[in-house]
Amino acid sequence: MAVAEKALAELADISSQVREAVLFDGDGKVLASTLPAERAEGFAAAAKLLWEQAEVVRDQDAAKLTQLEAATHDGSVFVVREAEQSLAAVTSPEPTAGLVFYDLRSALRSAGEKPTKRRAPAKKTTPKAKPSGSS
Amino acid sequence: MGRRSALAFGAAIGTLLGIGLYGRLFRRGHRIDLYFEDGSMVSIAGNTPEAAVVIPYAREALRAAQ
Repeated sequence: MAVAEKALAELADISSQVREAVLFDGDGKVLASTLPAERAEGFAAAAKLLWEQAEVVRDQDAAKLTQLEAATHDGSVFVVREAEQSLAAVTSPEPTAGLVFYDLRSALRSAGEKPTKRRAPAKKTTPKAKPSGSS
Repeated sequence: MGRRSALAFGAAIGTLLGIGLYGRLFRRGHRIDLYFEDGSMVSIAGNTPEAAVVIPYAREALRAAQ
């Protein structure tokens, strides 16, 4: 399993509030998701548009946008961004935003980590048998 | 005794209805919370023109994820 997929699987395990999540790059390309491929693409595209619209309505003098929550009666949409990767998630209505952001940010960082190379176990060296009959 | 029980039952039902009505009336509506790199946060209420631009995209994202 790829690192990004593993990070989302862990997110789904630890967060009881996150229903679905998708990780996508700056172009909206899906890198990993808890959804089937077609729905993941639609969700990523919508989340990307949501982020772009939020950047449009913010104050031009404001600092760089790092995360957002769009709350509706049907549920909330969260998007967090780090470097060129974004993680979007949907939750049930009135979630604990702080916890969701914490979980999403942890997952986003885990997804960005490079897989660690494991060292091959050291080979066991067997002592050479002494030739029998030697004096 | 029966009258007391009926009063207590009525009070309990009234309390539950009151809680439900309060929750319905004062439930938080649509809103957009934006968090920035410098630690600041802006909350845009759902009845503002800015939110009217953004909320449809949130609905679309929710629909796509279902």
